[in-house]
Amino acid sequence: MSRHRIVHTFNPDDIVSEFDGEDYGEEEDELSPEDRVAMTNGTAEVRMALGSESSKVTTEQIQESLWHYYYDLDKTVTYLMKTYIAPPPKPVAKKAPEGIGADHGRPAFGDSLGYDMGPMPPTSHFPVIQRPKVSHSRFFDDMPWLNVPQDRLTVFIQPDRPRGGLLGGGEGPPKMSKLQALAAARKKKNEEKKEQDKALQTEKGIASLSINDSTQKENRKPPLSSLAKRQKTTDQSTLQPHSQPSAPTNRRDHQSTGQNESSVDAADGLDRGHADSPVNPPTKPDEYVALIQTVAPSAFAQTLFGSAPDALGSHRPDVYAMPHTSSSSFFAQAFAEPSPDDIVLAAQAKAGKKTTAAPKAAKKSQKDKVTPEGEVAKGVSGLEINDAPPPKSKGLDVLKEFQNSANKRSISFVVVGHVDAGKSTLMGRLLLELKFVEKHTIDRYRKQAEKSGKQSFALAWVMDQRSEERDRGVTIDIATNHFETDKTSFTILDAPGHRDFVPNMIAGASQADFAILVIDADTGAYEKGLKGQTREHILLLRSLGVQRLIIGVNKLDVIRWKKERFEEISEYIGGFLSGLGFQGKNVTFIPISGLNGDNLVKRTEDEAASWYTGPTLIEALESSEPSAARALKKPFRMAISEVFRSQLGTTTIAGRIDSGSIQIGDLVLVEPSGEEAYIKSIMVDSDVQDWAVAGQSVSIALTNIDPIHIRVGDMLCHKTQPINCSDTFVLKAMAFAHLMPMPVDLHRGRLHAAGQIQSITSTLDKSTGAIVKKKPRIVQPGDVARVVVKLASKAPLESGQRVVIRSGGETIAAGLLE
Amino acid sequence: MKLVSRKVPKTLEEETVSLLPEDPEDMWHAYNLILPGDIIHAHAIRKVVSTSSTGSTASERVHTELAIKVKSTFFDPVISALRVSGTVAAENPHVTLGSHHTLDLDVNRAFTLIKPDGWDSIAKAALQESLADDKNGAMAAVVMQEGMANICLITQFRTVLKVRVESVIPKKRDLASDQDAGMRRFFEKTLSTLVRTMDFSESRPLLLASPGFVATDFKKYIATQGRDKADKILTAVAKQATVVHANSGHVHSLNEILKSPEVLAKMKDMKFAREAQYVDQFFDMLKLDDGRAWYGASAVEKAVSDGAVGPGGGVLLVNNSLFRSEDLGVRKKYVALVEKVRSDGGEARVLSSDHESGQRLSMLGDIAAILNYPMLDLDDDGEEEDAEDEDIEDRNAREQQDMMDSVI
Repeated sequence: MSRHRIVHTFNPDDIVSEFDGEDYGEEEDELSPEDRVAMTNGTAEVRMALGSESSKVTTEQIQESLWHYYYDLDKTVTYLMKTYIAPPPKPVAKKAPEGIGADHGRPAFGDSLGYDMGPMPPTSHFPVIQRPKVSHSRFFDDMPWLNVPQDRLTVFIQPDRPRGGLLGGGEGPPKMSKLQALAAARKKKNEEKKEQDKALQTEKGIASLSINDSTQKENRKPPLSSLAKRQKTTDQSTLQPHSQPSAPTNRRDHQSTGQNESSVDAADGLDRGHADSPVNPPTKPDEYVALIQTVAPSAFAQTLFGSAPDALGSHRPDVYAMPHTSSSSFFAQAFAEPSPDDIVLAAQAKAGKKTTAAPKAAKKSQKDKVTPEGEVAKGVSGLEINDAPPPKSKGLDVLKEFQNSANKRSISFVVVGHVDAGKSTLMGRLLLELKFVEKHTIDRYRKQAEKSGKQSFALAWVMDQRSEERDRGVTIDIATNHFETDKTSFTILDAPGHRDFVPNMIAGASQADFAILVIDADTGAYEKGLKGQTREHILLLRSLGVQRLIIGVNKLDVIRWKKERFEEISEYIGGFLSGLGFQGKNVTFIPISGLNGDNLVKRTEDEAASWYTGPTLIEALESSEPSAARALKKPFRMAISEVFRSQLGTTTIAGRIDSGSIQIGDLVLVEPSGEEAYIKSIMVDSDVQDWAVAGQSVSIALTNIDPIHIRVGDMLCHKTQPINCSDTFVLKAMAFAHLMPMPVDLHRGRLHAAGQIQSITSTLDKSTGAIVKKKPRIVQPGDVARVVVKLASKAPLESGQRVVIRSGGETIAAGLLE
Repeated sequence: MKLVSRKVPKTLEEETVSLLPEDPEDMWHAYNLILPGDIIHAHAIRKVVSTSSTGSTASERVHTELAIKVKSTFFDPVISALRVSGTVAAENPHVTLGSHHTLDLDVNRAFTLIKPDGWDSIAKAALQESLADDKNGAMAAVVMQEGMANICLITQFRTVLKVRVESVIPKKRDLASDQDAGMRRFFEKTLSTLVRTMDFSESRPLLLASPGFVATDFKKYIATQGRDKADKILTAVAKQATVVHANSGHVHSLNEILKSPEVLAKMKDMKFAREAQYVDQFFDMLKLDDGRAWYGASAVEKAVSDGAVGPGGGVLLVNNSLFRSEDLGVRKKYVALVEKVRSDGGEARVLSSDHESGQRLSMLGDIAAILNYPMLDLDDDGEEEDAEDEDIEDRNAREQQDMMDSVI
């Protein structure tokens, strides 16, 4: 309010009659009523706009800026954001503790030279930083006259002048532009090369004297060609720890030793925490001394005494750190490796011409270590096997391998049910009880969840990893997780219950061998679920061919383990299921409590639940068999449910093998793009394998393909037995709602295609399949009909596949392609 | 569109109508008005090759007025360009009679239309519609789901899919931060495409529709972007935006979006809202399956000739694509059908085939009717089936063409 204060000194009472003096006066002492209303409204709105950041600005600051911008909200918010909440780095640097300030102002010299600038004349044109006094004996610790090796006394070396000084003189090294610094570094390197040449020559002369001197050996080692690169990397790597005292990674190590586990969620939460804390934690004094000891002689000292090729010399950073090295995102080794372009070019060259590949690869391998010739050759041959584009197939008889392997059964199951039935929480609890999730992870989630007032969601966060899902407490996408028992390794597919995400649930259910249906037994919730997704999910499971069903009647602890309630639900759902054709022996009802873990792994200890004597959830899981025999001998088909980058390779796809088998080196096609790819590696559950068969959930790394051509929902098949891509299909559909020519969505696993029912060929008799009526106008719910569906684009679908047809957010039919 | 003049010149027997298209939307009206067989008189640029006495040739581009007899029309809905090709029908100093020419009709350049066969009721209605001067702003809509956004423009008369934005969003296997970054990238891409394809300089209603929370998040994203960049336009866009629930991110969910109470409240007078209601009404009747709702050309024709589409609830729904048929006979047949229903006292509604409701009707064979009394077995004749098969083939062929014409 400085402006107003000036006005105030003019004594507003005196100039009250002046043109706008009155306004000013009034607003300074007391705002006019309208202004005050505008101000309070404005403040509230600004606070709202700022959201969580609003705690960082005071009301006065808001009001002042509002006043300055004449209640323009946007400008105010932008101004506040810029000034107080996310200010540009400069003002922060001012506030930062001295000594580290150099990191921001002039990081180039802050570490290697900065401390020696104390005695510099004050005419220096950069801000001179005040430093705590250090004892002079320490200061001259590593000066040449204190510690000079004998053999060096005779060697004269040209003094190294500071370079690039625009003003010259004795002001110490002037600030260099990046380009200058680079030139200087290069020049210095050249000089050093010469130096070393000289040293080598002298050494030859005095070889007999100094043969045991370790420093000389070090100098002799690198051949000239690779020297430059090596120098750069070692220099930068020695620099790195000094130049980044405030790098976030370091900070995290200091502050969060308790939560060191590199879980994503922790990092997520911590990041936010760090954003609030000051950017530069003050350096401790003893760290400071340690730094001083390793500090290089100043440029001034170098001018006087030469660049001191003493024992420490070869390790000392002679190249000044570039300003950007202090940035947290700076990665000193970034250019030490060949660039991605180089790699690609090399790979292409190799693919094109095998003979030229060898020398190139050899050069690459020389970069880091100079090995004897033989070893290089070995390394090269090793490289070739790894990189060669078509991975060698081992020509395995996969089926035989599969029979011989003593692998555990691997079964995947999907967890379905109405929204908020407790699916994710149940799975979180199951993993916790089976020790596949650590207790302290849950505790951490609980703490984080408490902060947002969602304590009961802590267990669900094991499955719901996305921030969006956690914020809203709703599963959105399928979550995959693995666990093992003595007999079986299981894959959990945790499906969303919300009606908007039924497509994701279809994706999960189509990968599953059997299903766990979770029903909320609480009063009201059960009835709601029946109308909602409990019913739709059962229909979908049935139409996707899932036959085995475990029904967890959840939240029974809330209603005191009432036996009547459990039986009521079992009877009703059991009736509904048998009406849909589920066999009684394939359906198991278990009373559970997902939140407390009753009847999951251990039996409940609650007296009220003693009436239940059936299996626990894990027992029921173990006794489940895959619902259908796996089609091992059919052509290989795999629906792609995820595309991502992983350690296996740049393009990794995940999914469940629908039929057939694959092994490393197979040539496969991705449909509908029709692009070819080779299988580079296969991961089944979490083990690397050479092959995989139908029914397994696998991650496959592909080579020779651009990820652009792969989309979720695509189909992977062998080149020799490709799948058809078409846009018009005939299917036998079981109608759940009225069918007529209309726009529909067709789902198969992750595939979600828009299309339309083009025509209805005939309605069929349910049991015999005989034609009842040709060309009906409309199909009534419950009827079976043969319909023609036309998609907007081509999709990989073939006969025998099960699809789901939805429209307007409801499942209207399930079909079998003909 | 502006009517420049309308007169019957002495030299011609038919009425000539001069029209001035004012905005791209008018091009669509022109597309509906200009039919094969019509004569159109408009500005043209023609390359004229002249041979001098020595035998050397010189070519020059000449601006001239040409009258052509229309053979075919081509409409590009995305850029609203209309090209009319045919043979030159009037003497011209530069062009010989009977040679072929394709006219590009431009906005703000008048053209004259002559219908040698006269103006029938449908054509008159189309002209009336095109001259109606209510241009309350077209509405922008973004139908989205995770990783896909369809940016559409909904005008009074048609729905145009402007762009489809697709972006890969990492699934659960990746880190949570990767997914958030993926979403942000997707929003960024969608917003920049939206701002580029739509002109938001004057206020224009915006619909954001998606299953789940995508649309809500996107609106929030626009608002934050507007705030952080101090961009007035973006802030205004965010304020104008209406979030509507949709069941999928595909274009055909526009149907349910346009029916949602939020949208109806805003624009219940828009033509598409009424059209959607008619089609819904028809589908509801069809579900009852009581013999009062019929679709497909042959069944409807029979019903109409029986007088079943009359007063007391009879409604005939026809897509205007039927009237664009190149075969004059087909066009005449449907015009007669509409006129018969009107004279019977029933309601005849011509729907725009470029709207979502029209798209739904086109799946039913472009024509449907609600009868005022039940009729059964309209489709039972053996002969009729063949006819219908032809009909379907016919429709498929037309669809193919439609696919080329329109991206929807």
